[in-house]
Amino acid sequence: MYDVAVIGGGPAGLAAAIEARRNGIQNILVIERDRELGGILQQCIHNGFGLHIFKEELTGPEYAERFVNELNELGIEYKLDSMVLEITKDKKVHYVNSKDGFVSIQAKSIILAMGCRERTRGAIGVAGTRPAGVFTAGTAQRYLNMEGYMVGKKIVILGSGDIGLIMARRLTLEGAEVKIVLERMPYPGGLTRNIVQCLNDYNIPLKVSHTISSIKGKDRVEGVTIVQLDESGRIIPGSEQFMECDTLILSVGLIPENELSEKLEMRLDKVTKGPYVNEAMETSVSGIFACGNVVHVHDIVDYVTEESRIAGRNAAKYAKGELKTEGRLVETVPGNGISYIVPHTIRVNNIENKVDLLMRVRQVFHDVRMIIKADGEKIREIKKSHLLPGEMERVSLDIKALTCKNIAKLEVEICEGEE
Amino acid sequence: MYDVVIVGAGIIGTFIARELSRYKLKIAVLDKLNDVACATTKANSAIIHCGYDAKPGTLKAKLNVLGNPMFDSICEELDVHFKRVGSLVLAFNDEEMNTLNELYQRGIQNGLKNIYVVEKEQLKSLEPNLSDSAAGALYAPDCGIIGPFELAVALAENAVENGVELLLNTEVSAIEKNDELFKVQTTAGVIKARYIINCAGVHADHINNMVSKEWFKITPRRGQYFVLDKSAGDLVSKVIFQCPTKMGKGVLVLPTVHGNILVGPDSEDIEDKQNLETTMERLEHVRTAAMKSIQNIPFDKSITSFTGLRASAEKGDFIIEESNDVKGLINVAGIESPGLSASPAIAQYVVQLIKEINGGFAEKEDFNPHRKKVMRFIELGDKEKAELIKNDPSYGRIICRCELITEGEIVDAIHRKAGAATLDGVKRRVRPGMGRCQGGFCSPRVMEILARELNKDILEIVKDSRASKILTGITKEQ
Ligand SMILES: Cc1cc2nc3c(=O)[nH]c(=O)nc-3n(C[C@H](O)[C@H](O)[C@H](O)COP(=O)(O)OP(=O)(O)OC[C@H]3O[C@@H](n4cnc5c(N)ncnc54)[C@H](O)[C@@H]3O)c2cc1C
Ligand SMILES: Cc1cc2nc3c(=O)[nH]c(=O)nc-3n(C[C@H](O)[C@H](O)[C@H](O)COP(=O)(O)OP(=O)(O)OC[C@H]3O[C@@H](n4cnc5c(N)ncnc54)[C@H](O)[C@@H]3O)c2cc1C
Repeated sequence: MYDVAVIGGGPAGLAAAIEARRNGIQNILVIERDRELGGILQQCIHNGFGLHIFKEELTGPEYAERFVNELNELGIEYKLDSMVLEITKDKKVHYVNSKDGFVSIQAKSIILAMGCRERTRGAIGVAGTRPAGVFTAGTAQRYLNMEGYMVGKKIVILGSGDIGLIMARRLTLEGAEVKIVLERMPYPGGLTRNIVQCLNDYNIPLKVSHTISSIKGKDRVEGVTIVQLDESGRIIPGSEQFMECDTLILSVGLIPENELSEKLEMRLDKVTKGPYVNEAMETSVSGIFACGNVVHVHDIVDYVTEESRIAGRNAAKYAKGELKTEGRLVETVPGNGISYIVPHTIRVNNIENKVDLLMRVRQVFHDVRMIIKADGEKIREIKKSHLLPGEMERVSLDIKALTCKNIAKLEVEICEGEE
Repeated sequence: MYDVVIVGAGIIGTFIARELSRYKLKIAVLDKLNDVACATTKANSAIIHCGYDAKPGTLKAKLNVLGNPMFDSICEELDVHFKRVGSLVLAFNDEEMNTLNELYQRGIQNGLKNIYVVEKEQLKSLEPNLSDSAAGALYAPDCGIIGPFELAVALAENAVENGVELLLNTEVSAIEKNDELFKVQTTAGVIKARYIINCAGVHADHINNMVSKEWFKITPRRGQYFVLDKSAGDLVSKVIFQCPTKMGKGVLVLPTVHGNILVGPDSEDIEDKQNLETTMERLEHVRTAAMKSIQNIPFDKSITSFTGLRASAEKGDFIIEESNDVKGLINVAGIESPGLSASPAIAQYVVQLIKEINGGFAEKEDFNPHRKKVMRFIELGDKEKAELIKNDPSYGRIICRCELITEGEIVDAIHRKAGAATLDGVKRRVRPGMGRCQGGFCSPRVMEILARELNKDILEIVKDSRASKILTGITKEQ
């Protein structure tokens, strides 16, 4: 019997487990299906992790190492090469590995930290043949950074998400020719700093409002047909252009890894595709918490860590029977220009001093005001010179904002133009 | 020297090989590709039709009706998934209701008993997600679904277990006949045989024309599909056809044996027998056409699309006969739909034919109709899972996170007779890479296992065809 079981040993799972221990929980188990802890960070050998939390630029593995070390110092138990197959509502966890076999454990509370998966060619509907040489960016990254293999020589990258941008640079440094990066939307998907450091610095062209309509090649990719899209995302007839290449890398989005959550029949958010969570990062199944990319896809790992600490702290409280469930509930509502907000609900009694709202905007905005409303009444306004869907926004609200009146709804919206 | 050389290791070639392996014969199955079931057999609707569709009196009708009931026992013997899920042919107006009645009559004429015309009121209870505009349907409870490549792989394995030689990467380029013997030129040398059975799919005319007069011509007719994720799996429980009209046969929506949904195919005559491209326009057509049967198909859950080539002969029926001018050459050509459904009966028919030509064959005493059971980890109960891992720890290592396939299953698929040697070969046999991430997670791991088990450099591991290299070298640091 464990007090807290953590599914997934990436940055989210590690931070949550450590925080649970710091909150007095002895009996913790972290279950990770890969051969080492650290999650996706192990293949992100580039710099740029930890600026918020450690005030220095670390590589992915370095960032992970700090948490793995701490986990070890605290003596928290973990299992590697172990895949969780099922979680039940009464908090049994079934996992397998080759050493212990098929194992079922009982936990008092569970933290889901399974991360996310990449969208694939099928999900975006690219026609053509099905040759070798089509990779998702994360898979290509794994081949290069963890296994030490090259995936191609003449490369087209579809999608300007961060992994795609980082792979554009990485592949160039490995001697490949990255011919172009294409983005379906009229703006890039990744962080601005990645556009500059990974594309501009290497003279790799980026074409927005462009995509691929078809892949050619019998055995290996021989080329792709590039098309331009109009404002409503339709192919502009006559814009077809063939580009020769031997490799197509897809960086077309990430989706929370939700097999286990779906089996638990927990409520999922249609936009994030992750579970609905409250201020404690607790899902709709009581005592089951979630954090990191399994809830919503993050671009900055520091935010993952902070969010996961909340999950760890509250899972600990839950295991000790100290989590407050009664009291007033505030709902967060994504208003004009906002695609989603996490957390979805806030139980005011559980907030100690502040609550962070994490959200993304629907489109690019310049010189706008982000307005926070409580039951329709403006309580805060933040000026923003630019907002991008690719960059997560965070707004901290003081508990006073929630307690001063009996509010039921907290809305965030974007207002264009001057007041 | 072989008694029988079978050209083509699709469902037809492998089935005939397996049925002939009951006899004391030296048999080889040749395929130009590097695995079995890599042509039409890997890309079709996977339906075991009942047989109301084909014209009475044709071989198609006869062999389909005979073939359908044979699947239960063959799939039992070979441990292959098969489900009788039933089918509905939908009519959307009075005219189409008339066509349904014709289909029904044809079915009865073809010898079927278990088919029914059902009225609008009954439709929703049979299939809740059907469009309200459906006016009625022809219901055939005996219609089944199967994994066509799994069956072909199992047949090949069982044939090899019973002494058949499987010669892959062996393309037939010329055939000569002198005296009583065929000399078959292949990319792997000359092979001699007393009989040739031509099961070369869309290329069957080409094989025939190497030694015989041009009796027939095969036209490839392309069909495109979507595959939807398992999470859409409860969209339909039966095979949903549309009533054939002047405009064509309509597209299908159906479940697969593994719980995905297939939507397609369209139909398009093309020139190039290698053309396996999907196209935006055609897929869009499939999408719109399918919505007629089921309005809310979640196409956002599409995980991949694919194309199949029908091998269509002019006269519209299967061609299964000894060549008139070249004795000993048996053509099994024009095997378009319902070729898969008819395949067990086609195999028996061919065996009968060749036995008659030869004046019988001696039976083997030790023919084994069974294939070694396949361990499918995820289908086992908790106790069996634990037991299996205890005996072989590699069944405790999950390689494919979507389909939950273990290392043990992959290693087994590689080492069986007619085993997997490519990434897609593993995928077709045990499914890693078939799921929603389409191999993003498991392919590096499967490649590692393939390289280790086959004692090859990982750089040599291919996706599917011989030239489909995945990795192009090592990185600077390595
Ligand atoms: C390529 C890439 C580049 C990035 N670059 C930056 C950057 O430069 N700077 C920055 O700050 N942030 C960056 N990020 C963001 C940040 O690193 C991620 O958002 C963060 O790693 C997410 O952490 P996680 O723990 O939620 O998920 P993951 O790291 O994916 O961890 C999830 C873990 O759960 C395991 N797991 C899943 N399912 C199961 C199961 N059923 N049983 C057992 N284990 C399971 C997985 O194996 C995995 O180890 C980047 C992200 C990516 C993907
Ligand atoms: C879109 C579509 C949907 C269908 N749906 C159904 C269905 O639902 N139910 C049903 O019953 N049937 C269906 N069919 C029909 C069924 O798929 C076929 O009848 C069946 O797969 C034919 O198998 P085969 O072995 O004849 O051909 P193939 O699988 O094409 O095998 C022929 C083999 O011959 C080899 N070959 C060719 N030339 C040479 C050479 N020169 N040397 C060596 N080898 C050679 C090829 O490499 C290939 O492996 C469908 C077909 C299509 C295209």
